[in-house]
Amino acid sequence: MTAPAPQDLRIITSRFGIEDGHTLAGYERTGGYAGLRRALEMAPAAVHGEVRTASLLGRGGAGFPAGVKWGFCPPGVWPRYLVVNGDESEPGTYKDRLLMERDPHQLIEGCLIACYALGLSQCFLYVRGEMAHAQERLAAALNEAYEAGYVGANVLGAEDFSVDITLHWGAGAYIVGEETALIESLEGDRGMPRLKPPYFPASIGLYGKPTIVNNVETLANLPWIVSNGGEAFAGMGADSSTGTRVFAVSGHVANPGVFEVPFGTTTFRDIIFDPLYAGGMRPRRTLKTFIPGGASAPWFFEEHLDLPLEKTTVDQAGSMLGSGAIVVMDDTTDVVKACHNVVRFFARESCGKCTPCREGTSWLEKILSRILAGQGRPQDLDLLMDVCDNISPGIAWPPRQTTICPLGPSAVSPIASALERFRGEFEAYLPATAVTVAGVAS
Amino acid sequence: MARLNANNLTVAQEILSRYPVPRSALIPLLHLAQEQDGYVTEDAMAHIADLVGVTPAEVMGTCSFYEMLKREPVGQYMVNICNGISCHLLGSSDLIHHAEATLGVRPGGTTDDGKITLEAVECIAACTEAPCLQVNYRYRNQVTADDFDQLVDDLRAGTAGVAPHGQLAKVRQHIGEDRRAGVSPPDGQGEPAWMARNPSDNGDGP
Repeated sequence: MTAPAPQDLRIITSRFGIEDGHTLAGYERTGGYAGLRRALEMAPAAVHGEVRTASLLGRGGAGFPAGVKWGFCPPGVWPRYLVVNGDESEPGTYKDRLLMERDPHQLIEGCLIACYALGLSQCFLYVRGEMAHAQERLAAALNEAYEAGYVGANVLGAEDFSVDITLHWGAGAYIVGEETALIESLEGDRGMPRLKPPYFPASIGLYGKPTIVNNVETLANLPWIVSNGGEAFAGMGADSSTGTRVFAVSGHVANPGVFEVPFGTTTFRDIIFDPLYAGGMRPRRTLKTFIPGGASAPWFFEEHLDLPLEKTTVDQAGSMLGSGAIVVMDDTTDVVKACHNVVRFFARESCGKCTPCREGTSWLEKILSRILAGQGRPQDLDLLMDVCDNISPGIAWPPRQTTICPLGPSAVSPIASALERFRGEFEAYLPATAVTVAGVAS
Repeated sequence: MARLNANNLTVAQEILSRYPVPRSALIPLLHLAQEQDGYVTEDAMAHIADLVGVTPAEVMGTCSFYEMLKREPVGQYMVNICNGISCHLLGSSDLIHHAEATLGVRPGGTTDDGKITLEAVECIAACTEAPCLQVNYRYRNQVTADDFDQLVDDLRAGTAGVAPHGQLAKVRQHIGEDRRAGVSPPDGQGEPAWMARNPSDNGDGP
């Protein structure tokens, strides 16, 4: 099969190059709100059916099929809410912010389609606090869309379809990207995750009512799916990974960038090395390791480059595509420092609710800090793995949890990956006497 | 050092009108207080507690959880250097050290003239533009040491075009009275009207 040119495959980044693509005029001129008009000609359940047919996987990290998640609302319980997760914070992840800044109407249209399909009577659009520009682009777009009759009372003149979209903004906390913590935060509380079960948002969500929490990129796909049909969407990509996905490739590459590619057919080698995408390593450098799906994901190496960017394949290879963040490290990388950087992130962002995460991540960070300071102890490398095992028993993939949410186990991934592959680099940081005692007994 | 002023009280009422449960407006109202005073004062927290119907302690509980909400005065400009993994790989540690030397403060500190507070922050989602920073939550991409020095000069001279700390979006959401669908309270409403369209096909599941 001859691959179409990448620019022809763009579904949700098609307006990124259009200067006024973020305005209502620019959006309408380029086919905007056609999906909403089409949806309103269909029965709500038929719109849901198209999304199910599309096999749209959630784009936030877990990769759960959106159409299936939508089906979890208990029948007969009203009202139901839509909460948009725009709290993009996973290190390396950089796509939802662009989707909100450059094509805010596409997201708004996606929200309206979801509300129509499922009977969601109010939408809350939760944008990360630090993203001031995304907030004002969305505020401006919402103001335009309200005035033009797309949002609010009697959408497009329909007497029976009215829905408000409330723009909401956070205040700086990674954990709020977890859907139950997002709901806590939206209720005005500290963003601490709730126990699932029973608090699956589709059953017991915002204000205790059925709530659909969807990622920005997930919702941004809906206008295209409704306009073109679920089957057309499912026809793109491979196996369980349909449509396209947006990946941010950052780190030690020649041309870091955000690329929308067919989901499931492009390989890691393509997106890292192809001149159309990240263009390979910097001059005279070689690949050492890469993180395939955000800081929570176990690291990949040279031998994984030919894997396709396809959910099931990557899961089975021992990592995940997560939030679409590929972080590339070359041979100049000090993996102990890189590992410490990622672990420090999780230690700082632990909300403190569960002991294994609160204590475990901060101890992991402390132990790595003392190793980096040349004050490591002979038993520290085993101790790191022991603490990891207490946070996530067995250090398996997918990780087991002793905590309410996956944040704690996420700190285990970089340590397990780096220590297994690059143990010598950690040992090199230990004082000479420590290495003697630990390894070569005299 | 203040409760919300009359103008901001009007803004606060409009924000509150978009939520079915007032407490949900808590974080946006804390941002509004920070926009007014540069940080969140105790008086503002007490005022917000009245507005949303909780105790000041509950407002404090929420406020103290979130990094962006400052309960002590900070500089006119928050300079937040990203120290996420992508920026780390491309020299954010060097940039932070340079900033410390230039400003004479450690992360968390404020310069003597009260202009600049330096912070080293976690990933701010500009990973392909590493190393990056935000000034009052506005991006500066691929920042070199020279860029940083120029930025500091511009901030001190007031020529950087950045609003003082506290303001986020320059555009606020506004819903005209005739365009409002109305909030959806958790104890209200049955099935929304449009779900009755094509009733023979109203299943949610497969």
